Amino acid sequence: MTSVQPSRKTPRFADMQIEMAHGAGGTASRRLLEGLIGPYFANPALQAFGDAATLAVGSERIATTADGFVVRPLRFPGGSIGELAVNGTLNDLAVSAAKPIALMATLILEAGLPTSVLESEIEAMAIAARKAGVPIVGGDTKVVEHGQADGMYVSTFGIGVLDGRATLDAAAIRPGDQVLLSGPIGAHGITILLARGDLELEADLVSDTRPVWPFVEALLDRAAGGLRWMRDPTRGGVATALNELVRAGACGVAIFEDRVPMHPAVRGACELLGLDPLHIANEGQFLAVVAPGDADAALAAVRGIPGGEGATLIGEVRAEPRRRVIGVNGYGGTRVIDMLVGDPLPRIC
Amino acid sequence: MKYVDEFRDPELISGVLRELGRTVDPARRYRIMEVCGGHTHSIYRHGLRDVLPANIELVHGPGCPVCVLPTGRVDDGLTIADHDDVILTCFGDMMRVPGTRGTPLELKARGADIRMVYSPLDALRIAIEHPAKRVCFFAIGFETTAPSTALTILRAQAEGVTNFSVFSNHVTIVPAMRAILDSPDMRIDGFVGPGHVSSITGCRPYEFIARDYGKPVVVAGFEPLDIIEAILMILRQLHAGEARVENQYKRIVPWDGNLPALRALARVFELRPYFEWRGLGFISQSALALKSEFAGFDAERLFDVAGLRVTDPRGAQCGEVLKGVLKPPQCKLFGTECNPEHPVGALMVSSEGACAAHYRYSLHAQEVPAAP
Repeated sequence: MTSVQPSRKTPRFADMQIEMAHGAGGTASRRLLEGLIGPYFANPALQAFGDAATLAVGSERIATTADGFVVRPLRFPGGSIGELAVNGTLNDLAVSAAKPIALMATLILEAGLPTSVLESEIEAMAIAARKAGVPIVGGDTKVVEHGQADGMYVSTFGIGVLDGRATLDAAAIRPGDQVLLSGPIGAHGITILLARGDLELEADLVSDTRPVWPFVEALLDRAAGGLRWMRDPTRGGVATALNELVRAGACGVAIFEDRVPMHPAVRGACELLGLDPLHIANEGQFLAVVAPGDADAALAAVRGIPGGEGATLIGEVRAEPRRRVIGVNGYGGTRVIDMLVGDPLPRIC
Repeated sequence: MKYVDEFRDPELISGVLRELGRTVDPARRYRIMEVCGGHTHSIYRHGLRDVLPANIELVHGPGCPVCVLPTGRVDDGLTIADHDDVILTCFGDMMRVPGTRGTPLELKARGADIRMVYSPLDALRIAIEHPAKRVCFFAIGFETTAPSTALTILRAQAEGVTNFSVFSNHVTIVPAMRAILDSPDMRIDGFVGPGHVSSITGCRPYEFIARDYGKPVVVAGFEPLDIIEAILMILRQLHAGEARVENQYKRIVPWDGNLPALRALARVFELRPYFEWRGLGFISQSALALKSEFAGFDAERLFDVAGLRVTDPRGAQCGEVLKGVLKPPQCKLFGTECNPEHPVGALMVSSEGACAAHYRYSLHAQEVPAAP
């Protein structure tokens, strides 16, 4: 076998073994991606490490994305692994301003999985795909021995056509730009945490899993010119997504903490467990950075779609502190809002 | 959210800050130690250093359970997990504390059966569910968590569970405060007293600090308003030339403590003659061991625990930071070799550790690389 020399621009991945944190979407995941995977696979489309890679095919520009789902438990209030797999993949395309056109799904099944469980997940995938108007056009099925997987895992591939009206680029954000959040945060992560039943806590909370394309489409219709960047804050939450945003450019972001919407149960659980809601995973929200002149139109556009009523302008892009996200509270105190470190809630999606 | 919102109310906080501004003597410097790591975290988390008068210096104290645990005890605990029939359980904070052979999380990734629990009762439940295994709870913490360990042992005894044990690293806060007061390099004007610990112990154990050392102690809650108000109360005592123990956290802390919890502690535990603290060295009568009556639940007797002493890694100045002599960024390893992902010392691990709080929440604590 011929060996491939990885291209090295960033420090080599020095961790001796894979830990759960490498799958948490925070700093450790980033290190793995930038220090080991990226250098070997180096190419221009991968370079951005975005939610989706853009490719030019003839005159069309298409977006492609792949995703894996290992959530435990398979079913939880508000959704299940199959539904999550479809929406999660569609959302990665949507926040790249790409209209999804097709999905593929690979199922990795554990011997002994009851057919009824599998069937209900296939059905959940079919319903979610039909609702979004996107066909599942192919995939693969593999089975591993009993005990070698936790029921089932789903791996997906999605393809979409870029909407030409917006050009998204993290490096294009400017001081004064507004940060729009589509709705209350943390519902997915905390729902999963509670669904595992390890904590004797109960709350009236369901996962926020849903497709975000309708909101994105409204944004493109009403404020495409001022739309600079979007991201769905899944693993690692809003904090990690915004930290990835500011790393790309020369600006910082300030979040007004009092404005960040969340369900009281999310807030309560986070207070109790010492978690930061800004680090908790979401599966039906997105963040957008919008030029100041378009911010009100963008907000009205999202709020005008059913389910978008909770959209809020939660912060703004600032020149200082560069490449940092800070939280500002109501009496003038500030703190750094960091990327997720470690893995407080493993296997959340 | 009740008991949270009103203590984070910007208008109320601004009001107390204005009062603090009127009270503070600009010609004077104040050094106030917040003993408890929960306070340290809250101070950083809510950006309180930005809004306090500049001549009030907050010194971070030793009240962080994983921070004060010496490496030798971590190693001792992890050897218990080497037995094939053992499930070792611990709080989430412990999972990333480095021992000589790695953190519990790293050992777990290599195959050791180490599980995170939220309460010792969860560990007991695991023991009941796995009768063929020996389940050990790696107990850490001050008087805040020790009663739940004691009650769990009493329940295990009552239910006749024989495969459950506790590796006790419970410590008591007062001897550590005395050690800091006796330390020659320490100048502290007053203490923000521990909130959670005091909910168990009450306020009386701090009376010697006011009486013998002439320093005000104000037991405080953990919300921004609590901490700012406690600082104001300390300043008022200092200006009046007084030294008393006051209770700002009356909604949680009874002056005489929680008697049923104290009784459970006294029933199960006895004071060790001495115990090693990271940074503070050996402090007499500062930690809790299981009484011989509960030997059947005592991991130190059931397993061959070596009683290791391990010196801190070269260059790490955890001890100085724990005593408040050094600020976190003054440690030689801060932010370079020692960071939250690769902690050299435990202060960088726990959210209550001064180094982790400083690294995470302070603007100049870390260099942020540009995207590749």
